[in-house]
Amino acid sequence: MPEREVKLTIGPQHPMLKEPESFLLTLRGEKITDMTVRLGYNHRGIEKACEGRTYIQDMYLVERVCGICSHSHSTCFIQAVEEIAGLQVPKRGLYIRTLISELERIHSHLLWLGVAGHEIGFDTLLMYTWRDRELVMDILALLTGNRVNYGMNTIGGVRRDITAEQIPQILSTIDTLEERTKYYVQVGTQEITLRERLSGVGKLSKEDAIHLGAVGPTARASGVNRDVRHDDPYAVYGELSFNVITDDHSDVYGRTLVRLGELMEAYKLVRQILKQMPEGPIVVKAPRKIPAGQAISRYEAPRGEDVHYVKANGSDKPERVKVRAPTLANVQVVAHMLKDGYLADTPIVIAAIDPCFSCTDRAIATTNIDNGRTDRMDWPTLRTYGIDWYSKQGIDFAELNRKLRTMRESN
Amino acid sequence: MGLVQKIVTWARIKSPWIIHFNTGACNACDIEIIAALTPIYDVERFGVILRGTPRHADVLVCSGPVTRQIKDRLIRIYEQMPEPKFVVAVGTCACSGGVFNGCYNVEGGIDQVIPVSAYIPGCPASPKAIIDGVVKLLASVDNASRPAKEAVVSGT
Repeated sequence: MPEREVKLTIGPQHPMLKEPESFLLTLRGEKITDMTVRLGYNHRGIEKACEGRTYIQDMYLVERVCGICSHSHSTCFIQAVEEIAGLQVPKRGLYIRTLISELERIHSHLLWLGVAGHEIGFDTLLMYTWRDRELVMDILALLTGNRVNYGMNTIGGVRRDITAEQIPQILSTIDTLEERTKYYVQVGTQEITLRERLSGVGKLSKEDAIHLGAVGPTARASGVNRDVRHDDPYAVYGELSFNVITDDHSDVYGRTLVRLGELMEAYKLVRQILKQMPEGPIVVKAPRKIPAGQAISRYEAPRGEDVHYVKANGSDKPERVKVRAPTLANVQVVAHMLKDGYLADTPIVIAAIDPCFSCTDRAIATTNIDNGRTDRMDWPTLRTYGIDWYSKQGIDFAELNRKLRTMRESN
Repeated sequence: MGLVQKIVTWARIKSPWIIHFNTGACNACDIEIIAALTPIYDVERFGVILRGTPRHADVLVCSGPVTRQIKDRLIRIYEQMPEPKFVVAVGTCACSGGVFNGCYNVEGGIDQVIPVSAYIPGCPASPKAIIDGVVKLLASVDNASRPAKEAVVSGT
């Protein structure tokens, strides 16, 4: 009997998903032939809300784009605002910012390791890593006053200083975590069940990773050496020495190894930061009104490159804020990775990009000015509309496309 | 209260099965809910188990403000749960809409859509607050003189 195509909807409420998302899988037997994602269940309209609030209020709002990489979003936003205002943040402030961002990376990667274990039915790993994760959560609570959504940043610096008594506490926790991570590396590389389960699942070749615009550990596990901290150093990364971890496995196993490697690098970075941290002020006074201008800021969040665009108009509120969260770049990659894979691999393949749909969710609705009708546009229509609109403005994408293609070929 | 009823109440309090549903949260509260289930905080010692389907669950744990797109789904999940059912709103957003109040896609707190039995405020609600809320909810179920549907607030 020939196999029929079956369409399977997963979500928005599903034991596999931690967030409300909807995936429509097309199956032929056990194999996935196609997948579409339906975004928008988590869409709250933060970009629009930012326009109605002042810069200081926006900082706290942007922090709540995502509750795992909250420091990433607020730092990325503030870097753009500081660039427009032309503020020189004191060195110590930048060091503290970087310290928190590395601690956040530790907590996020440990969290991911546990979730990955859970998705393959290895709940022991979940319980182990989450127990250890509490150590770094305690340090974050000690330094910032809150476990998540730290509220550490302010325009022109940071809000809290680090005292001398806190440093030994951080260092001893980092030592413990390093020991534990070494054990996880041992589990990851030597435990046969884990290795066999993850190897060959969710394959993504280097060419595809570049072509589809994968970011973060997902791209680095496919051998793409791309890390904003290294390529375009922000804060104090230019003064620190660290390795960009890449791997050639190009599958979920590779992504696990990259994240474990990044954990070890993060411990090294935290020690360096505490050693090199200069004395001095932590914040400069920032004007309430930001002069007109625009800026794009890049930041390497635990999940990949985060991009914020801010346009100021001289008042105390921004005119436009745009967030490109790392998961948005990676979500197309998931559709590609799932193709020709097995249904049973879906949870771990989706989890392997470390998805954060609260960052990603967006809705597209267009209102026709002529007749006031509101329509939903699908992706190809929107794309054609965009190209037409820009060509009317005198911007031709054909030339850019050609350049991009030659770049890709030379890569 | 008859003997059978007493046994039923006892069983309900000793093993409340929960389902977690993210109604538009930023993930912070969701992570704290999972953290409450892992070894350091371990609400499983109260018999709490996370289930995958609303049909198995007694308690619906919601986090986040209700977005317009999730509203119908939330009502559907609530209706799928067997009686008696309890709803716990975790986090400031779930209690009142929080920072997202006034956003075009946000309806407000959970209680705008379905009845809520316990409110656990905090941004995010820490695992300790979640445990406090769960224990208070169970105590309110245990206390037969008190109507179980009256909302409890953690930390008070």
